[in-house]
Amino acid sequence: MCIITVLLILISLMDGRRANELRKIKCKPSVLSQADGSAYIEQGNTKCLAAVYGPRETRQKAQLIHNKANINVEISLAPFSMPQERKKRSKSDRRLLEIASAVKQTFEPIIMTNLFARSQIDIYLQILQFDGGTIQICINAATLALIDAGIPMQEYVCACSAGCHENHTLLDLNNAEEMADTPELTVALLPMSGKLTLLQMDSRLHVDKLEPVMNLAALGCKEIYQTLDETVREYVKDLFQKSSPY
Amino acid sequence: MLQSKSFLKRTKKGNAIKVVQEHYLRDDIWCSVECCKLCVQTGPVLSTSAMLTAQIPRPHYIVPDTNVFMNQIDIIEHPALHDVIIMQTVYEEIRHLSLPIYNRLRALINDQKKRFYVFSNEHHRETYIQRLKDESPNDRNDRAIRSAVKWYSTHLKKITNKENHIEVVLLTDDVGNRTKAQEEGLSAFSVREYVEGMTDTPELVDILGNSSNVEGDKKVPYEEHLTSSQITNGIKNGTLHQGTLNISMHNYLEAYTQIMILGRPCLNRAIQGDVVAVQLLPKSEWLRTPTAVVVEEDLKEDGEPKEQNDELENEVIESSQPTGKIVGIIKRNWRPYCGFISKKSVKSSATSTFSENVLVVPMDRRIPYIYIRTRQAQNLMGQRILVSIDAWPKNSTYPQGHYVRALGAAGDKSTETEVLLLEHDVPFQEFASQVLNGLPVEGEAWRVTEEHLSGRADLRHLNICSIDPPGCTDIDDALHVRPLPNGNYEVGVHIADVTHFVKPFTALDEEAANRGTTVYLVNKRIDMLPELLGSNLCSLRCNVDRLAFSCIWELTSDAEIVNVNFTKSVISSKASLTYEEAQILIDDTRKQDDLTKGIRILNQLAKKLHKKRIDRGAITLASPEVRFQLDFDSQDPVDVEMKELRETNALVEEFMLLANISVAEKIYSKFPASSLLRRHPPPTSTKLEELSNAIKPFNFSIEFETSRALAESLDRAVLPDDPYFNKLLRILTTRCMMQAVYFCSGTLQFQDFRHYGLAAGIYTHFTSPIRRYSDVIVHRLLHAAINPDKNYGQELVDINKMQKLSDVLNHRHRMAQLASRSSVELHTNIFFKGKIEHNEGYVTRVLKNGFIVLVPKYLFL
Repeated sequence: MCIITVLLILISLMDGRRANELRKIKCKPSVLSQADGSAYIEQGNTKCLAAVYGPRETRQKAQLIHNKANINVEISLAPFSMPQERKKRSKSDRRLLEIASAVKQTFEPIIMTNLFARSQIDIYLQILQFDGGTIQICINAATLALIDAGIPMQEYVCACSAGCHENHTLLDLNNAEEMADTPELTVALLPMSGKLTLLQMDSRLHVDKLEPVMNLAALGCKEIYQTLDETVREYVKDLFQKSSPY
Repeated sequence: MLQSKSFLKRTKKGNAIKVVQEHYLRDDIWCSVECCKLCVQTGPVLSTSAMLTAQIPRPHYIVPDTNVFMNQIDIIEHPALHDVIIMQTVYEEIRHLSLPIYNRLRALINDQKKRFYVFSNEHHRETYIQRLKDESPNDRNDRAIRSAVKWYSTHLKKITNKENHIEVVLLTDDVGNRTKAQEEGLSAFSVREYVEGMTDTPELVDILGNSSNVEGDKKVPYEEHLTSSQITNGIKNGTLHQGTLNISMHNYLEAYTQIMILGRPCLNRAIQGDVVAVQLLPKSEWLRTPTAVVVEEDLKEDGEPKEQNDELENEVIESSQPTGKIVGIIKRNWRPYCGFISKKSVKSSATSTFSENVLVVPMDRRIPYIYIRTRQAQNLMGQRILVSIDAWPKNSTYPQGHYVRALGAAGDKSTETEVLLLEHDVPFQEFASQVLNGLPVEGEAWRVTEEHLSGRADLRHLNICSIDPPGCTDIDDALHVRPLPNGNYEVGVHIADVTHFVKPFTALDEEAANRGTTVYLVNKRIDMLPELLGSNLCSLRCNVDRLAFSCIWELTSDAEIVNVNFTKSVISSKASLTYEEAQILIDDTRKQDDLTKGIRILNQLAKKLHKKRIDRGAITLASPEVRFQLDFDSQDPVDVEMKELRETNALVEEFMLLANISVAEKIYSKFPASSLLRRHPPPTSTKLEELSNAIKPFNFSIEFETSRALAESLDRAVLPDDPYFNKLLRILTTRCMMQAVYFCSGTLQFQDFRHYGLAAGIYTHFTSPIRRYSDVIVHRLLHAAINPDKNYGQELVDINKMQKLSDVLNHRHRMAQLASRSSVELHTNIFFKGKIEHNEGYVTRVLKNGFIVLVPKYLFL
C-alpha cells in the first residue's frame, strides 16, 4: 500500500482524507438496557460496543481492594470483525490482554474509585468491526459508557492515534495505513486539563518526530472530545425532555 | 460525504479476500487553474496560456485517458505538450499497469515547465460516480473520466468570460469513449487527430505509437500467447516454468531461462529481459545447436528476411539439455532501443515524403529488428535513432515500433557515446535545477566554519595526504599515520563527508540514488553528484579545510588492529599525490620529511596487511585495464597502453579494504537487520570445471572449494616458457567469477555474507561516497551507529526498502561496468579503424564457425 503518492496530491489516496483529518465518528450512548451504562461508537470502519456494570459487589474475594473500587476490563474481538481471518480469538489473546490493561491503566486514575471501596466496576468492550485504531476506540467507547453509567470521573478521557510516514505526520490511521509499516502512537488525553494518561507505541520513531506526532494526536483527541461532549449533551437534553412531567 | 468502497482482492497465497475501505468525497478539491476565483488556490499548476494548436485555436487543457499514457508516453513527454490534467482514475490505473510508465509520469508531474496537474476526481463530490450494474470496471473508469471532464468544462465556463475562455479536450484512442463524450457535448479527439493538428511540430506524428492497423508479413506464424490466468494456473501445477529470458550474445536465436529455447517460433515474440512462461518440449525434441556465431541476420534484396531457420535446424544434434518453448509472456521489459535503419528496407526515393515501413536494426544484437513507420526514412539513413516497441502481433515476424528521436550520425564519437549510455540505461542528463538548488548557496566560496566543528574532531594538524590516479578530481579518500608512544601506530583513513551535503529526502539525494554510481567512460565521466560537490566541496583537495568521516585505528607494528574509532572530522590534506609521485617519494632515500616517512610506514603496514589477507585466502585476480592516449583536439585514441600497477596502488587499496571491513562490522553490530553490505558468492562449479579441463593438457588443475585453494592452485599454474600463461589464466578465472553484489543484511544468513574474492567474513563499501551511492547509505548508517542521539529516519531500518535499493544499485553498478567496457571497445574499434597490425594472441574459445582470441597487448577480443 502506498501512502507516498498521497502527499503528491495532498489527499490520502487510500480513502480521501487529508493527513490531519479524523475519520468520521458516530456515537450513541445507552444502547443496551441491561447494562448500567453502555455506548456504541464508530470511527470510520472500526466499530465498538461498550458495556459498564457497577459499581457492584466484588465477585472474587481476591480482587477486593479495601479502600477503593477495582476496575476490570475485558476486550473481545468479534469473530466476524475482520474479513480476512475468520478465526476466533480467545479472551486470553496476548494482544487483547495488553490493550485491556492499557485501558484499565488509563481509567484507574480518572474514575473516582475511592468513593466505592470494596466494590468492582466491569467494563466490557466488544470490537464488532476492525479497521485499525483498537486502543483509541476502546478508550473512547469506555468513556461514553462510564458517563452513561453515571460513574463519577474527573473528566472525559479521549484517545486518538497518529503516525508518521516519510516525514509526514498522519492522523487516525486505518488498518491499511497501519499495515504500511507506519509507526503509530496512541495518545489518551484529559481534554479539559490537557493532562496525558496514556502514551503507547510499539514501533520505532525518532525522538525528533515524537513531538509533532504527539501534538497531532492531541489535536485529534480534542476533536473527539467535542464530538463526545456534543453527543452526551444532546442525550441528556433528550432524557430531560422525556422525563419532564410537562 | 462518505461512500463505502468494497472490492475483492487476491492475496499472494491466491485466496480471495474482501477489502472494505472508506471513501470520502470532498468539496475542497480545487481546479488549480491560474485565474480561478472560485477555488481556494494553493500554488495553481495550470496556466492560462494553455495549449493552442492549428486545429483547436482556443486555449485548452488536455485530459488524456489511461491508454494514451500507456501507448503514447513518448508524445506526452514531448516539450510541445503542456498544461495537462491527469485524472486520479488514470493515475491509479497507470500505477497498477506499469511501474516504468508510472515513474515517467511522476517525473512529468514534478516538472514545473510541463504543468501537469493531478485532479482527485475520485474524491470530488461532483465528479465521483458509482459503478452501475453490469458495467465493467473499464467502462466505469471511462465514465468517471468523462464526468470529470464535464465538471471541468462547466467550471471553466463559470470562471472565464467569452474572450479568454479555456476549454478541456479529452484525448482517447477508444472510439466508443470518444463518441460517448461527443454525445455529452465534450470535445474529444484521438491522439493521431490531435497530433496531426499540431502543425508546428510535425515530427510528433512519427513518434506516434502504431500499435494498431499494421498488417504482418505472415512469414513466421507465431502461436497465440496463453492468457494470464492460464499461465498462473500452469505455473502453479508445474506444467509451465517462469523465468527471465536471456538471449545469447553469440546467437540471437538461442536463449535461456533455466531452460534452453531455440529458434524464432519457440521464442514466440519474447524479447531479451521479458519475464516469460516456458513449456518444456517432449524429451525426443530436446535439441542442441552446436555453439555457432549468428550475429548478422541477412536480408534479401527486397528487405525481407531470409528463411534461415530450416538450415539451422538441420544442424541440431540431440542432447540432454532441456529445451522448451515460450507459451506466454508474464511481463514485458521493453525499453527504448538504439539502432539504425536498414538500407535494404527503404524503398522510397530520396525526395518522397510519404510514410513507409522500414526495418530498424537495434545496436543490441539480442533484440530483433523493429518495424517502424516514418516519413523521414531518407533523412534518417546513416543515423543512429531511438525507437520504442509498441506491439508484436502474432502474424508479424518482427515487432512494430515507433520512432522516438534521432541521436546523430553513425560513427560519430559523441553519438556513439550517447548510444552506449542509452543502451546501458545510464542516466546522463544534466542535473535538474531542483537538484542543483540543493547545493550550498555559497557555491565555490563555501568554507569550513566554526559551526561545522561542533560534533567533529579537529584533525587539521595531522599530516594527511591523498594518493590517487593522475588527473583525479574527485578525491574521496586520504590517509595519515603517526607513531604512538607505545610503539604502535595510529593510522587514519579519511573519507569525504558527502552526507553532510546530501541529506535524505532531498532532490539531490533522490537523483544520486537513481544514478547509483559515477560512470567512467574513456573520454567522459557521468557524475553521480553535481560537479560542485564531487570535484570541489567534498573532494579532499590539499591545503583546504574539508569535512571528512574518519576511521582511525591503532595498529601494532605487525598490522594487528588494537582498536578502531570512527568520527566525523575536519581535515586539511597536506598533499595530493599521484601513485607515481608517492612511489618516487618512497624510493627517494634523500627525502626525510614527516610526510614521506609516514608514507613509508603506511607502505610497510600495507604489505603486512596484504600478506595477511593472502594467507586468509584472498585471490589475486587479474583484470587488467587499458588506457587510451587521446588526441588532445579530436579526442581520438592515438595509442593504447596497459594501466600500470605500482606498490602505492596496493597501499591505498589495503587501507580502503581495512576501512570497509571495520565499518561493515560496526554498522552490522548496530543495524543487524538493515545494514547495506556487499558479498561475493563463491563461483559456480560448471564454468571453472570447464576451465580446469581446458588446462589439463598442461598438467594443471583448478580447485575452487575455498578461495584459498583457488588462490594456491592459480599460483601453481606457471609455465616457465610462457610468462603470460598465468596471467591469462587469472583473466579467464576472473571471468568465471560471480559478480559481487550489495544486499541488505536482514535478507540473508550470516554465513552467506562472505566476500569470496577478498576472503572477508563481512564487507561493505564506505570509501568512495562521491562516486557510489552505496557508500552514502553506509555513511548514514555508520553515523547513526556511532552517535546514539543522531536523528535518522525510517529509511535506515526498513529491510524491504534497503533490499530494493541494493537491487537498484547492483543494476546500476553492473550497467556502469558494461558501459565503460563498451566505451573501451568503441575506442578500440576507432583505434583500429583502417589499421593493420600483427600481434601475438591466445585462442580462448572455439565455436563452430569462429573462435575468440585474446590479444594481450590490447586486451582485444
